Amino acid sequence: MSIDNSIVKKISKLSKLKIKSDSEDKMAEELNNILNWVESLQEVNTEKVEPLLSVLNEKMPLRDDKVVMDDNQVDILNNAPEKKSGFFVVPKVVE
Amino acid sequence: MKNLIKGKSNLWEVVLGLEVHAQISSKSKLFSSASTEYGSEPNSQVTLVDAGMPGALPVINEYCIRQAVITGLGLNAKINKKSVFDRKNYFYPDLPQGYQISQFQHPIVGEGFLTIKTEEGEKKIGITRLHLEQDAGKSIHDQDFENTFIDLNRSGCALMEIVSEPDMRSGLEAAEYLKKLRTILQYVGSCDGNMEKGNLRADVNVSVRIPGEKLGTRCEIKNVNSIKFIQQAITFEAERQIKLLESGEQIVQETRLFDPNKLETRTMRNKEESHDYRYFPDPDLPPLILEDSLIDDLKKNLPELPDKKKERFINLYKLKEYDAEVLVSEKDVSIFFEELVKGREPKLVVSWLTGELFAFLNKKNVSLAESKVTVKKIADLIDLISDGTLSNRQAKEVFEVYLEGSKTAKELISEKGMAQISDEKELSNLIVSVLDENEDMVKDYKSGKDRLFGFFVGQVMKLSRGKANPQMVNKILIEKLKR
Repeated sequence: MSIDNSIVKKISKLSKLKIKSDSEDKMAEELNNILNWVESLQEVNTEKVEPLLSVLNEKMPLRDDKVVMDDNQVDILNNAPEKKSGFFVVPKVVE
Repeated sequence: MKNLIKGKSNLWEVVLGLEVHAQISSKSKLFSSASTEYGSEPNSQVTLVDAGMPGALPVINEYCIRQAVITGLGLNAKINKKSVFDRKNYFYPDLPQGYQISQFQHPIVGEGFLTIKTEEGEKKIGITRLHLEQDAGKSIHDQDFENTFIDLNRSGCALMEIVSEPDMRSGLEAAEYLKKLRTILQYVGSCDGNMEKGNLRADVNVSVRIPGEKLGTRCEIKNVNSIKFIQQAITFEAERQIKLLESGEQIVQETRLFDPNKLETRTMRNKEESHDYRYFPDPDLPPLILEDSLIDDLKKNLPELPDKKKERFINLYKLKEYDAEVLVSEKDVSIFFEELVKGREPKLVVSWLTGELFAFLNKKNVSLAESKVTVKKIADLIDLISDGTLSNRQAKEVFEVYLEGSKTAKELISEKGMAQISDEKELSNLIVSVLDENEDMVKDYKSGKDRLFGFFVGQVMKLSRGKANPQMVNKILIEKLKR
């Protein structure tokens, strides 16, 4: 797989990161280097190997269905740049 | 073939699939111990996990896992012993993590089915999958001109997304599917099915084709939040697509929004703008492995499902199929019925439940549970009808006052002077005095004027001011006139 500038633009849009247009070439090159490096893994024969679902070799820890929390509305809203009547306030988003 | 829609030049078949989001009735959220209570102060039920704070780690709620499995069992579905949680990445202000924890390639529940009733008989609707995921917060757009308000109380609540196969062919079938699904969720207890509160939400995939041809391009209609709206949205959308195709245009695959005021659907976002979610396994969560013992345990304790219960009602209480269907379609109602029918005549119980009580609930626009009507309350009234104290007609007259008031049935009817006279001696006295006053008529009757019988009954009723038990009056009158 090879990454060109249009893919770089798409990724930057999806990740909401601004990339100056004069650094797109550099970014594409760096991303291609990473992909090429990882690509060498493709050489391993995995025909009879079950796909690994996770690298964490542990069981999923479970929790009882209990409400354990204090009302921390104040704390939660503390970092909000703007808030009103207990709500976060953000610029209008309309679908 | 039924259900075809007539266009200008062709008959069209509409093909429908549903994606239903059902909120699990758990006390705490899927990956955090915040409360799920509805209608609390905004942002008062938000832990660091729900607010997407860096470093806050999700821990899964075991109860939610059990509910997903039990729902899968209720849908005759394959339970996947190994499932994986993935991150579905997108940016939206009510999604503080920047991704939703969901299940993509390895859902907890695989293929299943449920059956619905159609005019042509029973029909199987395939279930593709059921998976667990987090709900997003709530965006409120209409409080302010320039801003959107965000409440994260719902952020992280547990949802089951239940995806159907494109097996439905009319709005009615889609409605039946959703009703049946809701009933099953209520029976297994995993979701209360309340669409008004948004605890059950449906997206509908609509496409049309000429019968026998391959599937057409589909549009997804988002968040249609009542069964009535689903049917309206489908009707509009199918006609829109048919018009486009018949005028030589193409359907663009897109997400559309139903507007219940204008009864139309409109573009929300098309495929090109649609998100590229870049799913990948959530590194915070190892795969979920279900023990056989858990699945077996849930299988053993699976509650009786609506189809089974219906069959049992028909056999045990000799109900008509229609009545049984009505009674089992709401779990509350079916339980109410079984309590009420103990030691009582099923026919009478059904007619009072599905007739008078349902009419009362409809009029008040409340559910059985909300109405707080108790089994005892209805039972007391039915018992007074059964023992002849009250006629059906009288009971109907007082029904609403009775249900809304705190008086017992006996108190109410004695207060209204309503009790039916069923005492044989008292009735005898009334009848004798009527016969004494009309000696000539009695002679005429005995000489063959049978029609006069009705006259005597009428006189007795009049004398008793309508309270005499008509069946008993008939019986006693026949005896008296014989002599």
